[in-house]
Amino acid sequence: MNPVQAIGRVFLKFLATTGRLLTFMMLGVSHAVRPPFYPRIIVRQMIDIGYYSLPVVGLTALFAGMVLALQSYTGFSRFSAEGAIANVVVLSITRELGPVLAGLMVAGRIGASLAAEIGTMRVTEQIDALTTLSTNPMKYLVAPRLIAGLLMFPPLVLVADIVGVFGGYLVAVYKLGFNPANYIQNTWDFLTAADVNSGLVKAAVFGFIVTLMGCYHGYNSRGGAQGVGIATTNAVVSACILILCFDYMLTEMFFTKH
Amino acid sequence: MTGTPKIELRDVAKAFGPKVVLNGIDLDVGVGESVVIIGGSGTGKSVMLKSILGLLTPDRGSIKVDGEEVVGMGTADRERVNHKFGMLFQGAALFDSLPVWENVSFGLLAEKRCDRVEAKQIAIDKLAQVGMNAAVADLTPAELSGGMQKRVGLARAIASDPEIIFFDEPTTGLDPIMADVINDLIVKVTREVGATALSITHDMASARKIANRIAMLYDGKIIWQGAVDEIDNSGNEFVEQFINGRAEGPIQMAVRA
Repeated sequence: MNPVQAIGRVFLKFLATTGRLLTFMMLGVSHAVRPPFYPRIIVRQMIDIGYYSLPVVGLTALFAGMVLALQSYTGFSRFSAEGAIANVVVLSITRELGPVLAGLMVAGRIGASLAAEIGTMRVTEQIDALTTLSTNPMKYLVAPRLIAGLLMFPPLVLVADIVGVFGGYLVAVYKLGFNPANYIQNTWDFLTAADVNSGLVKAAVFGFIVTLMGCYHGYNSRGGAQGVGIATTNAVVSACILILCFDYMLTEMFFTKH
Repeated sequence: MTGTPKIELRDVAKAFGPKVVLNGIDLDVGVGESVVIIGGSGTGKSVMLKSILGLLTPDRGSIKVDGEEVVGMGTADRERVNHKFGMLFQGAALFDSLPVWENVSFGLLAEKRCDRVEAKQIAIDKLAQVGMNAAVADLTPAELSGGMQKRVGLARAIASDPEIIFFDEPTTGLDPIMADVINDLIVKVTREVGATALSITHDMASARKIANRIAMLYDGKIIWQGAVDEIDNSGNEFVEQFINGRAEGPIQMAVRA
């Protein structure tokens, strides 16, 4: 086949998918802001996305903070700059690692389960059944999950920030022999509201991406068990890539001086 | 049949890519009538049903419910028309995250016609109508057998007292005795609710039991229709082959894709 033709076909397919995704997103958002709302479902999803993700996100953040302190000590001790460890840990965690690691972990946990659940509902005609029972599936299934993702990610990342910084503190104090009071003082001195806020804005965006990808791929799954499997994989992979991509763009937006 | 038909299809066509599934369907379903569409697998029976429900949009043609055109209808009007419908899905399509009673009264709760306490009572009444006792109400669908799931699906389809009920292969996947139980229930509940029924099936025993009128779908068209007692003397060789289940005849199965 003509190589140009192949490239063109891939490009057109990409545009078509982007269009479908954006249409789906607009429809989901428009249903999320208009009544009727489904508070019971929103609360159930918030518990699932927020509360049950705490152990996974907490452990990830704890070890990320710990390894960060350990690695930066190895590097900084060569320049006798050990005092900067607290700074490095708190900035990296609040600006980047908190939101990104939490986003990636929850993409695996929630993105996959949303895609599998909604995908199974699609192939067993439960989504069609909703329509025949005077219920709009976009409003009943998609909108509450988007809302829950958007609302629960920032608090989840806030917990990740705190646990991550605490992980750095543990290693610095108990392994590297830092003075606890000095370490905390250093952490506090370097921390600005903008660091935490930018991380929380990222978190809200990532939460939206994870739930959107889960819903979109599940909603459009086709053809039985295999289709649901493909939808689940696509939901997780696309959410992870988009998280990293948006992370760069948001960082550029927040921290580049014009 | 007099007056406006409950459902009226004219020249309805639908294709998926190059594959033409419906190729000009004309069908009338009168008020209070029970029409069964028969036809082999993949002849477009489900596509026709989904077009009437608005889950698929036909490429051309007109579908009228109570004389009102539903093709190209706006979302709000569509929801209003869908209030008239109840549907029993092939795999029952129960919501597995909800207990049985919430499944049955889902439509009522969605339309806010009653509160949750009332809804549960109505669900128990509807379950009794399909021969299930109140203890089932608090189980989850996964705890039920296939036949019981079908019955819950039936209870859900009649819960909001629909004017029209659709049955998508109601007996598929059931043993012959359970199939007959479901057939009896379908006849009983549609009569009790006073609904018009449109069913699709390839189970002739079921079709003979629940139909007033039978129509056969083949190659995207209705090739024969008539009263249920005329089916054995249809004089149509396609119908003859189908109801007698013969491999030899004018209908050639695509054995190789």
